[in-house]
Amino acid sequence: MATYAAPIPQVSAHRAEREASGWTSWITTTDHKRIGIMYIVTTFVFFCLGGTEALMIRLQLGAPNNTLVTPEIYNQLFTMHGTTMVFLFVVPMMAGLANYFLPLMIGARDMAFPRLNALSYWLLLAGGIVFYASIFWHPPEAGWTSYPPLSESLFSPSGGQDAWIYLIHLTGLSSLLGAINFYATIANMRARGMTWGRLPLFVWAILTYSVLLIFALPVVAAAVTMLLTDRHFGTHFFDPTEGGSPLLWQNLFWFFGHPEVYIMVLPGFGLVSEILPVFARKPIFGYKAIAASTVAIAFLGFLTWAHHMFTTPIPEAILVFVMLSSFLIAVPTGVKMLNWTATLWGGTIEFRTPLLFCAGFLALFLIGGISGVFLAVFPVDWQLNETYFVVAHIHFVLVGGAVFPIFAAIYYWFPKITGRMLGEGLGKLSFWLMFWGVLVTFLIQHVIGMDGMPRRVYAYDNVGHLALYNQISTVGSFILAAGVIATIVNVWRSLKAGVVAGPDPWKANTLEWFTSSPPPVNNFDVVPLVRSAEPMKDIRHEVQRRSAGVGAGGATVPAGARQVGV
Amino acid sequence: MNRIRAALGQPLLSPLAFFTPASGASPNAQEIHTLYVVTLVIALIIFFAVEGTLGYVLIRFRKRKGAVASQIHGNTRLEIGWTSAAAVILLGLAILTFAKLSSIQDPPNSGPEGATLGEHSNLLYASNQRKLPPNGKALEITVIGRQFIWQFVYPGATEADGLGAPYSYEEMVVPTNTTVELNIVSADVVHSWWVPELGGKFQAVPGYHNYTWFKVSKPGIFRGQCAFLCGRGHARMIATVKAVPPAQFEAWLARQKQEIAEANAEAAKARKKLNAEKGAAAVESP
Repeated sequence: MATYAAPIPQVSAHRAEREASGWTSWITTTDHKRIGIMYIVTTFVFFCLGGTEALMIRLQLGAPNNTLVTPEIYNQLFTMHGTTMVFLFVVPMMAGLANYFLPLMIGARDMAFPRLNALSYWLLLAGGIVFYASIFWHPPEAGWTSYPPLSESLFSPSGGQDAWIYLIHLTGLSSLLGAINFYATIANMRARGMTWGRLPLFVWAILTYSVLLIFALPVVAAAVTMLLTDRHFGTHFFDPTEGGSPLLWQNLFWFFGHPEVYIMVLPGFGLVSEILPVFARKPIFGYKAIAASTVAIAFLGFLTWAHHMFTTPIPEAILVFVMLSSFLIAVPTGVKMLNWTATLWGGTIEFRTPLLFCAGFLALFLIGGISGVFLAVFPVDWQLNETYFVVAHIHFVLVGGAVFPIFAAIYYWFPKITGRMLGEGLGKLSFWLMFWGVLVTFLIQHVIGMDGMPRRVYAYDNVGHLALYNQISTVGSFILAAGVIATIVNVWRSLKAGVVAGPDPWKANTLEWFTSSPPPVNNFDVVPLVRSAEPMKDIRHEVQRRSAGVGAGGATVPAGARQVGV
Repeated sequence: MNRIRAALGQPLLSPLAFFTPASGASPNAQEIHTLYVVTLVIALIIFFAVEGTLGYVLIRFRKRKGAVASQIHGNTRLEIGWTSAAAVILLGLAILTFAKLSSIQDPPNSGPEGATLGEHSNLLYASNQRKLPPNGKALEITVIGRQFIWQFVYPGATEADGLGAPYSYEEMVVPTNTTVELNIVSADVVHSWWVPELGGKFQAVPGYHNYTWFKVSKPGIFRGQCAFLCGRGHARMIATVKAVPPAQFEAWLARQKQEIAEANAEAAKARKKLNAEKGAAAVESP
């Protein structure tokens, strides 16, 4: 390397700017950690709103032909619930976790475009406000899938449908900008030595999540724009009486909608791939297979959208193709399940709350994966499509595959964000309530569907045991809610009274644990050289080796910086 | 179905029955049911194997004094092994589906004692979606979905443009032992035709035709309802299919036709009377 003289920085300050403090510091921040916290808190509030809507849905269905809410309000409730959980909770929550931890995990000091990052958050909040403001007028009621002609102005004249369209646009733009930002950050800002083969698996998942968002979001943006012009500017994209096609919407929506499922669960897979090895005290089993299957799932995810359309008039060749491509996607997913189980095999598993949520994820997501195979067999889907069987399936996939990993991440990373541990007692209580809550709520819904109850009905006759089954499901949903409340209480108490965590309470493997808790604004004073997929483990070993002769107290925080700093 | 029942034995199957969809009163529904049960058996084996392994691992490898975690990074042979195993299981399921497909999709001929009306109906073409019985004869009923009621139009149009055919709302009456072809359309938004015991569901999409069929062997009443969100009355969009012996069906159809004609005549009379009282313009376009 050629020698060169480092330029001496010339600073000429005309006036000293006062550092922003108080609430203005949050509004004006471009720090990825503060933006991350705002994302996580905002989306958790939407999670509670969506959950409240779910409880109202379950209360209405708690008895046959119940009259607790009107059909109009019921349709609004499930539309708000679905839309909130997908667009205002799971997808942006993953963005929030990635915002906080992705730069830390790759040894970067911020995201590639910090101001764009702030814009992503404010667009998300704007989308949420536009959407929830509709509850003061007429909330949308055409379902989160908003199929035309029902969502056209002739059948849904209220502005709620337009609020839904703007929600898709605003949160979509937010996610798109965020995705570009994540991609640029991962591609350009990794620590020295962090090759693609040493990238943390959560970062692999976020990279794939970003690519999926970049390909899928423009399609749904086009679709909702067409719906908007149909509604207000006299076009007829989806109006069959003027040569338009309702099936066009189904194709466009699901071309986005199916990859959206992977946009929601792949980051969850990434979280589990990070947390399991830490508590099994073992390296992840088959790093390459897990990274490769993430990419394979993302690719195949774009070939299976028509399995949401098995009952529409489409050619048989497509039915067959989509059944096979849907089967194919089960293979890399199954590979992941077995790799995670093998990661636990031979380990010394510490049953802390993050591990419990990961184990719960494995147990529940398996059920959602298997019920997905039933739905991929298209003649079987002809019976099960649009029934409570499908409702059970999506909830095992999304509660199992996204919500449980998110809760695992909350328990795992709370010490890093706040410097304090969450309580284990309330954490375990929360886990067991949520785990049994999910089973009691959703397992029986498979049977409800097979007994002939379609989704999205505000009332049902007590045919067979439908009343009993629905009561069981309703009880389960309140157990699940109690579990969520336990975590909220836990967070509230631990913010003030939690045990002080220190920089690396779990003895984890990735770089976010190298800095203090909470991390300083610049994240790292020195960025270590990365030599494996588990840089923090290497650093701990190195410190242990060097301090073995010196005696205790030799290592100061940040430990290891002296030896391996740039 | 019988072979599976024999293989598994009754005690195992009764809890399974709790976990299966409505079995069929029509051959296609019956075949779907069989396909479902086979899938369920495969699924349960995988479910118990994986959950069992998970449970074993969590208990066996929990942290103990003196235990040391083995630092394994992977096992290529094992990983290729389980990837192939998953692929083979799914391939088997795909092959089974293909084997069952024709019995689910292709309607059989009407039975010898089926309604004779089925034979007069001339269906001219078979498209990708529309499957015809081998002899090309079936009773064709048009199913029209509209907010929030199902209308069924039977053959027997009296006018060239298809008008004047007998129809009914909510309850479809069909003859037993007769292959019934459904031509499913929508008058407004997307609906979905579904009577669980008579086979799968098919969307009624405005601007499109969708087709299915069923054949009921014994008289009975089968309950169903709209399976796709169509608005506030979605939950109340009920459909029932009443299967009756062919002779009874023909008598019902004739009576229905007559009642509709009588009602039309009444309406025409009333309109004439009103026209005379208030003037044609006020009545026809109020």
